[in-house]
Amino acid sequence: MYVLTLVTLLLIYAALALSLNLITGLAGQVTLGHAAFFGIGAYTLAFLVAHGLGFWPALLAGGVAAGVTGLLLGAISLRLRDDFLAIATIAINFVVVALFLYLPFFGGAFGMSGIEAPFGDTGTLIVAVVLFGLTAVLHEVIRASDLGLALIALRESEDAAGALGVDVKRFKVTAFSLGTAVAGVAGGVYAVYVGVIHPHDFGFPLSVTLLAMVAIGGMGTFRGPIAGAIVLGGFAQAFSFIHNYQLVLYGLLLALVMRYRSQGLLGRRE
Amino acid sequence: MDPTVVGYLALEGLVVGSVYALTALGLALVYGLLRVLHVAHAGVYAVGAYCGWIAFDFGHSLTLALVAGAAGAAVVGVFLDWWFYRPLADRPPLVPLIGSIGLFLAAGDLLRIVFGPYQHSLPAMNAAPLVSVGGVTVNATQIFVLAGTIVLLLVVYWISAWTRLGLAWRSIAQDRETAAAMGINIPRHTALAFAVASAIAGIAGVMVAVYYNQLSPTMGNEPAYKTLAIVVLGGLGNVWGTVAAALLLGVVESIAGAFAGNYFPPQAVAFVALILVLLFRPQGLFGR
Repeated sequence: MYVLTLVTLLLIYAALALSLNLITGLAGQVTLGHAAFFGIGAYTLAFLVAHGLGFWPALLAGGVAAGVTGLLLGAISLRLRDDFLAIATIAINFVVVALFLYLPFFGGAFGMSGIEAPFGDTGTLIVAVVLFGLTAVLHEVIRASDLGLALIALRESEDAAGALGVDVKRFKVTAFSLGTAVAGVAGGVYAVYVGVIHPHDFGFPLSVTLLAMVAIGGMGTFRGPIAGAIVLGGFAQAFSFIHNYQLVLYGLLLALVMRYRSQGLLGRRE
Repeated sequence: MDPTVVGYLALEGLVVGSVYALTALGLALVYGLLRVLHVAHAGVYAVGAYCGWIAFDFGHSLTLALVAGAAGAAVVGVFLDWWFYRPLADRPPLVPLIGSIGLFLAAGDLLRIVFGPYQHSLPAMNAAPLVSVGGVTVNATQIFVLAGTIVLLLVVYWISAWTRLGLAWRSIAQDRETAAAMGINIPRHTALAFAVASAIAGIAGVMVAVYYNQLSPTMGNEPAYKTLAIVVLGGLGNVWGTVAAALLLGVVESIAGAFAGNYFPPQAVAFVALILVLLFRPQGLFGR
């Protein structure tokens, strides 16, 4: 059913946007490669399920695989700031997509197909609801905790936070591994939701869209990324009647929001 | 490996690298002045190519096409600076970056809507073999691109090293506040930088269209992300490092693509190199 399918997708996007918000919104680390971790989760699940593993352990493995790779990115982020980091994450996204394309057991450009939804379409919706719910809880718990405060301090000024005794390195890496692990789990849910995945489903354009969800909604807030996910995720559906103009409208939306309301639609101006 | 084949591939790579250099150069210049990643620059490059194509259709002159490409791109570039980047100067770098990506997507798609999704041809020059260097034949379009690149690079060198404009650019890049306190009109000099950078990108767009005898609305896609990798490889904001990195990348891609294309995509060269450089030489290949 159409509505059910759309709601499932939007829930996955909302969870993804919140997971990115942990990294970019709270900790202030700009990443343009989040789709890669989403893809790592999806491919891990598809590969393991195809080799006989059950859905839940495969889903968990996808989260772990993405989180471990995220740990690597976190290590890179210790050496790089702002623009350098953003470009490095673009590079990681391209390399991960190239690996999906060229590693023989990932099915090349045809991707991996026949990933069965273990509980049917309604079951996938419920899994997506749980995914979103748990991500939202995690997001809010972190935001209210010492970890959240430390991340925000990191965002506002890395040097000042460090000088005040915040363990900058540890918290940065924590933000990256948590955010990417959640993205990996979301990728697993996405894999059973669509049933067939291709390398280019997880490319740089999706990373841009994810970052745009967070930025357009309002970085660092709770409702912002969710609203951004609904607006941009629903964008294709809402404007399907003028699909010829979809991309230009999307591009202009990004530019206009950044130009005239750079704190995001629901964000507060400092 | 047959040396003639390698020579041919290197030549091909040098031509592609020249185009990378001309587009990435603008990105480096803008980054030096504004500290923003001007992703929409690749859109300006595509717009330049289309302006040249229209002019060529109209006047059947290559010179006219190059002038139109430069002028059209410069107008768009200066407009983007005035309307978009200048008001966002004090926002976090993420803000202009996302908006710039949006502008890039919108520009490419606008070209598609107005001029159609298919390729157009720009038959301004015959790709006839001209000279042979050690068994490698060089044709007219390759010489056109290489010579054009050398001329443009010399112009940029002249501006940055010998004119007051270049001096102003260097002082703004070094210390914005002090430059302003010394009476340098920052908005005006930044606008001029956008004009020069965009005109060069526009000419590069026309040269690519002539070289391949084709242009399409998606022609900016590859430069869009590749120039980002190049400016970091060259040392962010370092114009000459950027040029060197661009030429090097063009040659390596061309040779690696021919000999190892089955094992990995040549497009990944830039990014694998980028990750390695960021980890081991974050100041860039040619940075200090």
